[in-house]
Order: sequence, then structure tokens, then C-alpha cells
Amino acid sequence: MAYKATIGNRSYQFDDLRSLLARATPLRSGDQLAGVAAATAEERVAAQFALADLPLANFQNETVVPYESDEVTRLIIDTHNPEAFAPIRSLTVGEFRNWLLSDDATGERIAGLRDGLTPEMVAAVSKLMRIQDLILVAQKVRVVTRFRTTVGLPGRMSARLQPNHPTDDAAGIAAAILDGLLLGSGDAVIGINPVSDNVATTTKLLLLIDALRTRFNIPTQSCVLAHITTQLDALRAGAPIDLLFQSIAGTETANKSFGVSLSLLEEAHDAGQQLARGAQCADGSIGRNIMYFETGQGSALSANAHHGVDQQTLEVRAYAVARAFEPMLVNTVVGFIGPEYLYDSKQIIRAGLEDHFCGKLLGLPMGCDVCYTNHAEADQDDMDSLLTLLGVAGVNYIMGVPGADDVMLNYQSTSFHDALYIRQALGLRPAPEFEAWLASEGFERLSIEGRQPERLLGA
Amino acid sequence: MSYLKPTETTIELRNKLRAMTPARVAMGRTGVSQLTRDQLNFQLAHAQARDAVHAQLDAASLCRQLEKVSGHPVELLHSAVAERTTYLQRPDLGRRLDDTSRQKLQRGAFDVAIVIVDGLSALAVERNAAAVITVILPHISDLKLAPLTIVEQGRVAVGDEVGELLGAQLVVLLIGERPGLSSPDSLGVYITWEPRIGRTDAERNCISNIRSEGLSAEKAAAQIEYYIRSARKLKLTGVGLKESSLQVEEGGA
Repeated sequence: MAYKATIGNRSYQFDDLRSLLARATPLRSGDQLAGVAAATAEERVAAQFALADLPLANFQNETVVPYESDEVTRLIIDTHNPEAFAPIRSLTVGEFRNWLLSDDATGERIAGLRDGLTPEMVAAVSKLMRIQDLILVAQKVRVVTRFRTTVGLPGRMSARLQPNHPTDDAAGIAAAILDGLLLGSGDAVIGINPVSDNVATTTKLLLLIDALRTRFNIPTQSCVLAHITTQLDALRAGAPIDLLFQSIAGTETANKSFGVSLSLLEEAHDAGQQLARGAQCADGSIGRNIMYFETGQGSALSANAHHGVDQQTLEVRAYAVARAFEPMLVNTVVGFIGPEYLYDSKQIIRAGLEDHFCGKLLGLPMGCDVCYTNHAEADQDDMDSLLTLLGVAGVNYIMGVPGADDVMLNYQSTSFHDALYIRQALGLRPAPEFEAWLASEGFERLSIEGRQPERLLGA
Repeated sequence: MSYLKPTETTIELRNKLRAMTPARVAMGRTGVSQLTRDQLNFQLAHAQARDAVHAQLDAASLCRQLEKVSGHPVELLHSAVAERTTYLQRPDLGRRLDDTSRQKLQRGAFDVAIVIVDGLSALAVERNAAAVITVILPHISDLKLAPLTIVEQGRVAVGDEVGELLGAQLVVLLIGERPGLSSPDSLGVYITWEPRIGRTDAERNCISNIRSEGLSAEKAAAQIEYYIRSARKLKLTGVGLKESSLQVEEGGA
């Protein structure tokens, strides 16, 4: 179906929903590279006017990737809940934005829409929003998840401790874990990106974290971010798997390029649930969120699997995949992909806030890897800006990397100090279980025994 | 910082931890923040990486250097990208030659074409490319070598077009890698059998981290020769070559 908008005496036409969404997207290099961006600034706003008038109900009739050929589309359509959608079914996209910002839209009411929203509706409304809108609405929605810590509570912000090492060296990784724990990071997860994607390395690193965790009574969860099939093999061989990780994207073909499918993720989720390794959390309930997903705008285009859809809409479709598995953690790795997808800090900052907003609206425990590469037009000041904006927006967690310099993945993320900064600036605290540990005998022992770091690897 | 107890980072502990990992551990803190020295060290590393990304290759000088090393004229080419800003946003254009460059290349029957590309670090090319070529040339003197070419504003896949136009059976492409914070001058090498426009990365073999603190020119050249000989034997490069080969020491760290 074609959509039209008239600006003065000039009329614009958009061939289908896919093209309308793409043209309405704030400028970013990835959409230009894909050839789907608006040709002029005026065309972009014209598309936004047309999108604002589009009834939300229309999204049920028109898909951006065909139902028949894409399992992500089938997941979105087949799990759509009309009852949850009922309160907003008569609204247009523009009216939906107005409602989200109104006093009537409490966090509870927005959260109630979760299963009635499709990713395309959420992407659409975000395209009509300025940064302050993205922050104000996201701030209302808290998504709380539990394993051994509780992440996402109001007034709290967690950090993933990311102790990567260029050769997966156990001592080097232990040194970075010690450093991070002493600086208050690690309450979201201790998560290692391994260089070698195999069962032996994955198991070795999981055992390393597990030994430290039990020795010093640290309330946290571990994860080795190997391919999901590697983690499953390690799990079956008896490795202590807490969270199961996978990178995901918003189309079936992009997921295939990652070597995953919905059924594989389901298999992993089932296998992880049977381990029941979660603990009793601060509110007395047992932690049962076991999946960890990473995403990022541009990944589908990079895999040549974008189907002419803009990268932000596809990113939100990845959240529909995540939503199906009640994950513990989901974060966009926003600036990792490079300047051909998000050219500069302006594009990275907006994308980070869009991703956080859209994820929260779909009920995800959104964190963000606030990051950039050396060939992007961005620097530490820009990361401070995005970090501060996300802190205000209520982000669940960020990354903690020694000195913000990941020596394995070769990009810059946020440091342990950055996590301390944002907590101090906004009066935020770590997860309650972890906060209690920081004042406990376990922390005391770690700080004393850590003076001989070479002994951390012993029993 | 009510929830976090101060912990002391002595020089001794810092040295111990820094010996365990190249990561920026044991920085200590002032309040919650990094100390001035650590902050400036980071800014310096980033500044060097940024300068490397935006540096313009001194192609004329490299050309003279390579002509001396090889004893033959070197062809200076350019991708379809005019300048750096476009280069960073349009990888597709960096993979193709401009029209003038295409016309410069004469088809022959060559065993190997060596292509030098600035990529994301002209610094890496200026510091390491001539050294690698100096070492490798005597080792492959039995093969028919196409004229050396230099491509400005190029990506890895530009070698496919160069190799195809030259009629080379195999292309060895030296390119400046994306600068890391502590490695602004790292050179990568890609070896591709039967270069044709449209080859994928799975059809190439790669050696990375060639620089003074990483893989030496000598070791890199030995690996390149290994890949050239294996590719000629198996008539392929990429995943297939890797899987069928014996254990090859991979680049760098």
C-alpha cells in the first residue's frame, strides 16, 4: 500500500510501509549505504508526517518482511496479543507518541501494552521522537530481572564486568575481574568474550569465574560469550553455565548468518532452565531469567539480510526475538559496528537512546554497550554524553571494561570508573544483593587476598 | 561513594596486575574518577589511532621505495572514493577502482599480484609494507609476478578487481588495519585465489597484526609464502585451505 504526504505544493509518495519507515528515519549512514534513506531533509519530515497519521492497526495488515519467508515476522504476528493492544488500537502513530508522553501513560500502563505492541509500531513511534521524548518515556518503564542479582530496580544501575584478554589467558582475565570487582562492577554479569570459540576455552573460563564467585561469595552470574552451540556443548559436558548468550538480529536470514534460529534459541533456553542455578534474590524470589542477548543497528545490512528495511526497524525486530525468551540481559552494542552504519557521535547517541527506549517498550531489560571504534567520528566526551543520557533514561546496565579499552575486541566501551561516575552523578546504586556484598566479609577478603593476585587462580 | 569501600592500589600491586594483562587495570581512582596521568595516556592512544585513520598515504614516496625494492615500475591506483569522509561511509566504493585506474592495468598471465592498500591506517602501510615486500620477493622469485600496485582509499576487496584486470591467478593484498588503541600501525595481509569481483571474505586467508610490537616482517613473509604455495597446490584459498592445511601459526598475539 502506498502512503502520501504533501508539503506546500510538493507531494511525496512512499511505496509501502517499509519505505515509509525508512524515509522517516533520522539520518544515519547505514540507511544511506543500503539506499533506503530519505533523499532530502524535507522528504524525511514528509515521511514523518505520513507516519504520524498512520493508524497503529495498520501494522497488523502490512509486514515489512514477508510472513511466509521469515520466522521473525511469523513470531511477531503469531504472538501478538489483541487484548493487550486494545487500549491503543484506535490510535495513530502520532497519537501514540502523544499518549506515551501524557500523564495518563504511567509505567504500569505502558508495561501492560508489551504483548500488544509489534516492533514495527515501536520503531515507528520512536522515529517521531526527539531525544528528550525517548528519555522521558523510557524512564517510566522499569523492567526488572533476576538470576543471583536483581537488575533494573528504580534507583539502581548495574555493570557487566567485561574482563577480555587477547589470548584468553586465565591469569590476565582474573586480574581484570579483580580490578572490576574492587571498583564495584560485575552486578549484571561477569561476561567474557573469548578469542577461541570452543568448548575447552568456554569451560575453562566458566570454571574460573565460578571458583572466584563461590570462594568470595559474590552474588553475580557468569557468561562466556561463545556461540550458543558451543555453550550448549559445554553445558552438556557439565560446565557451570549461568547465563546463555547469543547475538541476534531482526530477520531470519540475518540470524542464519549468525548460525542461529528461533528453535535453537528455544533449545538453549530449555536446557539452561533445567540447570536451575539462579539464587534467591533480595525480594525472596528465585532468579529464573537465564538468557543474555546482544544486538546492534546495522547487523542485518552487514549480513546482507536487510530486505530493504531500515536498520533501526530491524533492530527493534531483534527485540521481538529476545522478548520470546524472558532474558536476564539485553544490550545493544551501539557503536561497535562502525561508521558505515552509524557515522558519528550524533548518530551513535541517538541510536543508543532509540534502542534503549524501544527495548523497554517491548518489555526488555535493556542495557547498552556505550561504545565506539577508532574510525568513527566519536571520542570519550561523546561516550560520556550518551552514558549520562542513558543514566537519566534509566538504563538497566552498562559495560565495565578496564580503562574503557577492550584489548581483545579493539574498541572503546565504558570503564569501571564510568559506571562509578554515572552512579555518583545520578545517585544510583548497584543491584541490592551486590551492594550488600560490597559491604561484606567476602569483599573484604577479596581486597586482602587480591594483593597477591597470582594466588586468585588457586583453590 | 557510600557503598564502595576504598581499596589501596599500591605500585607493587599495579605492577603485578599489569604484568598479567595488557588491559588498563589497577588505575586507582580519585573520588570515582581516573587520575590525570591515566586519562592523558588514554587520550594519547586515541589521538594516535585517529591520526592513523585520517592520515593520507604518501603514495609517491612509497612508490619510489617499492620500485627500488622490486626493480620494476609500480602502478599507482585509486579507488572510486574521492576522500576520507566518503571512504568511511561507503565501503562499497572503496572496493572498486576508479575509471582512470582501471585503464592503467594491462592484462597478462601472472602467478601472483601484490597490491598495497592504505585501508584504515596509512601509517601501517608506511611503516611495514616495504619491509614485508623486501623479505617476500626473493622467496617467490620462481613465480611470475605482476607489476606491484598501490591503491589509495581502498578496501580489502579492491584487490579482487586489480587481480582480475591483471589476469593474476592469486592476489596478495597488504592493507592498513583498523587502528586499535595501542596498535595504530598494524598491517594485515589477505591472500585470495583467482581474484574476481564478488569474492567473499570466506574465500580469503588472512594474516594480521604485522607491526614492530606484533608479528615481524620475516614471520609474516614466511606465512604469506606458505599460503601462496598451498593455494597453488590446492587451487583455492579461504576456509577450504585453512581446513585442509596443517597447523599454521596464525598472526600476532
